Amino acid sequence: MNPAAASVWNEAQARAGAAAQAQRRRVTIDPITRLEGHGKIDIFLNDQGDVEHAYLQIPELRGFEVFSIGRPAEDMPQITSRICGVCPTAHHMAATKALDDLYQVEPPPAARKIRELVYNAFMLEDHALHVYLLGGPDFIVGPDAPKEQRNVVGVVQKVGLETGKRVISMRRRVRELIAYFGGKVIHPVLGLPGGVSKGLKPEDLPRFKELGKDAVEFALFTLQVFKDIVLRNPEYVNLIKSESFTHRTYYLGLVDAQNRVNFYDGQLRVVNSTGKEYAKFPAQRYREFIAEHVEPWSYIKFCYLKPLGWHGFEEFPQSSVYAVAPLARLNVADGMATPYAQKAYEEFFQTLGGKPVHHTLANHWARVIEMIYAAERIVELLNDHEITSTNLREIPQAKPKTGIGVVEAPRGTLFHHFETDERGLITMANLIVATQNNAARIAMSVDKAAKGLIKKGKVDEGLLNRVEMAFRAYDPCFGCATHALPGHVPLCVNIYDRNRSLVRQLRQGC
Amino acid sequence: MPAKPKIGFYWCASCGGCEEAVVDFAEDILGVVEAVDIVFWPCAMDFKKADVEAMPDQSILATLVNGAIRSSEQEEMAHLLRRKSQYLIAYGACAHLGGIPGLANQFSREHLLRFVFEEAPSVVNPNKVRPALDAEVKGHHLTLPELRHVVRTLDQVVAVDFYIPGCPPTPKITQAALKALLGGNLPPRGTVLAPDIALCEQCPRKATKPADLSFAEFRRTHVTHSDPEECFLAQGIVCMGPATRGGCEAACTCGNMPCTGCFGPTSRVRDQGAKILSSLCANLAPKQGKEIAEVLAGIPDPVGTFYRYGLPKSLLRRRVDLPAGNGNGKES
Repeated sequence: MNPAAASVWNEAQARAGAAAQAQRRRVTIDPITRLEGHGKIDIFLNDQGDVEHAYLQIPELRGFEVFSIGRPAEDMPQITSRICGVCPTAHHMAATKALDDLYQVEPPPAARKIRELVYNAFMLEDHALHVYLLGGPDFIVGPDAPKEQRNVVGVVQKVGLETGKRVISMRRRVRELIAYFGGKVIHPVLGLPGGVSKGLKPEDLPRFKELGKDAVEFALFTLQVFKDIVLRNPEYVNLIKSESFTHRTYYLGLVDAQNRVNFYDGQLRVVNSTGKEYAKFPAQRYREFIAEHVEPWSYIKFCYLKPLGWHGFEEFPQSSVYAVAPLARLNVADGMATPYAQKAYEEFFQTLGGKPVHHTLANHWARVIEMIYAAERIVELLNDHEITSTNLREIPQAKPKTGIGVVEAPRGTLFHHFETDERGLITMANLIVATQNNAARIAMSVDKAAKGLIKKGKVDEGLLNRVEMAFRAYDPCFGCATHALPGHVPLCVNIYDRNRSLVRQLRQGC
Repeated sequence: MPAKPKIGFYWCASCGGCEEAVVDFAEDILGVVEAVDIVFWPCAMDFKKADVEAMPDQSILATLVNGAIRSSEQEEMAHLLRRKSQYLIAYGACAHLGGIPGLANQFSREHLLRFVFEEAPSVVNPNKVRPALDAEVKGHHLTLPELRHVVRTLDQVVAVDFYIPGCPPTPKITQAALKALLGGNLPPRGTVLAPDIALCEQCPRKATKPADLSFAEFRRTHVTHSDPEECFLAQGIVCMGPATRGGCEAACTCGNMPCTGCFGPTSRVRDQGAKILSSLCANLAPKQGKEIAEVLAGIPDPVGTFYRYGLPKSLLRRRVDLPAGNGNGKES
């Protein structure tokens, strides 16, 4: 073939090849683009068939910050609760605390205690949901159990129908307490700047005290279930401690004046990967310490420690990535504020080799310890003679400008920041939610799990479950994280070979 | 034994609160599970779109869809579920009326993206990077779906047979609706399956509602010590009760906060916001322009107050300069 003909031939071949490849790409991308609102993982392999990189993408965004503009600030607790129907109370309370700050008003003691009571009740029932229904099946039923059994039905088979009923009934009763004060449990209405809308009638106190007592028993029972099923099984303990599920990062969480875990109030404390305090600051200074990084491949923003700068998805020592949620809260604290929780806290660190614990799967255990604290705190608050006081409001007098509020949501630290005009109408709203704080570390966990499981082009059947386990331990809420919905994590995993063509697709719930 | 009726649940743009509302059946959920065959429920069961596509048309008795319609995927699922279901039911305020996310119809997509990725005070983004529909990262090609311009209700996309209102619906009205459905005891298509009475009828404060309201001022909740037993309107606090359907059993007023309207209007009202607006304005005490303006200053956000859950379904629908049609800027 003469050189000119060869050149034409080769060019035509290249064009056809590119078209075919593009065609293949289009075929594979089409189903993916239909997965809006779902988690999506793209995994890229190298020449040896090993993982080059795995990306967890969050493909949706809603924009509560923007459509809050022009709304009266006092409506924000009810508007922002609609970010998430699973953790509405967290958004409701963070916004309410931001309003206290906005109007420079301190709630009367009873109002503060009612908020804390409702908040701990919420933490207890939400954690119970995760332990028994969402994340628990990984351990209670077992990480290698067939998928059909790794759900609530499998949990009930393992722990018994009576226990299953006990979980359902306990959650219902705790949620009734939230509805008593909040009007309704999903999207409650109690929060106002400087107080709450409704108090506790003395005649209703005995039944809630009964509930508090049962809640402590239930939480301690849950710890026993966890010990019996997980900690007595060396394989599970090894899995928790395994390198594939370990990351050395910073941790962030709220602590009280004695540096003990607190969900409702306190200062933010950051410890480094050796457990040393790196920073401690009030919520109002969050912008000095926390920044958000944007990547072109996800709608989620990635938080990092601002003074250190963004160094990518890196672990210690080149890292500015931090984690939040139960494990992080235990890591940043010096202890728990209630006796049974303190005992469980000490056992946790003794068993896992001291502070801080870097094993992502230890979040499950930490969550049970937090259930005990929440239940004990409910009892303390109900025994407080001020809890039935009718002094529930301090009417705002100050001119509003800026308000920042923080709480520990079940899934980690949650910031609400509002700015208003003189009439208290929102001019700017900034929300940093729990899962966003964890986003960088979750992305690292997915990448690490994929790298550990895919070797020489062989895709392990257990991949999807192990990858899911890596991020399910964080109990992530991508609905919250992108202020988008739905707040659940159906998942699609795509695996591309070195030619970037799709070789495998695994889906769950999408 | 005759086969159990098939029921499906699906979510579109929602917060998960509607799913929690079903979980809040608590012990009663066991009865539902016995009576029906739940053929899909993505948040609780593994489910593939292909499984639904393979079902014969009309083979599902009813599908309850929650969430507003925001994306092409949701629109496609709505059409598919419509075809497979004898009854398509809009479940909850977002599917019924657009819901709180429907307030986004007042703002452009560009405004949203610019704030979130460039202007938010905690963002550090000197190069103004934005999530891209096609991104090249370390030689890896990654794609993201496009965000849509407007939020729509379910019935703005497909025909809807029944509505179960509320943000979220209560377990009680949901169970009543399921019972009517399974008993074949259904009202005419298009009915909202909740009491067709104003919320005031269910409100424990009803006796204190004046026959002749007169507003010399409107008081905002955060600066008002409200009486826990007196009608909010009698106290000069805006309450959506008169323009809102009952069914929640006055949950919010029992929490000592006014109704914000999540159950939508009764069957006799076309536009919930216009209804309450006209009734409040007709009862203003002052009759002169300047004094009227002073009283109305007590309602600084009329859209967010009167259309908090219903902007997409209302006569207003969206900001006038936002693209219409299927909402993605590409008219179909």
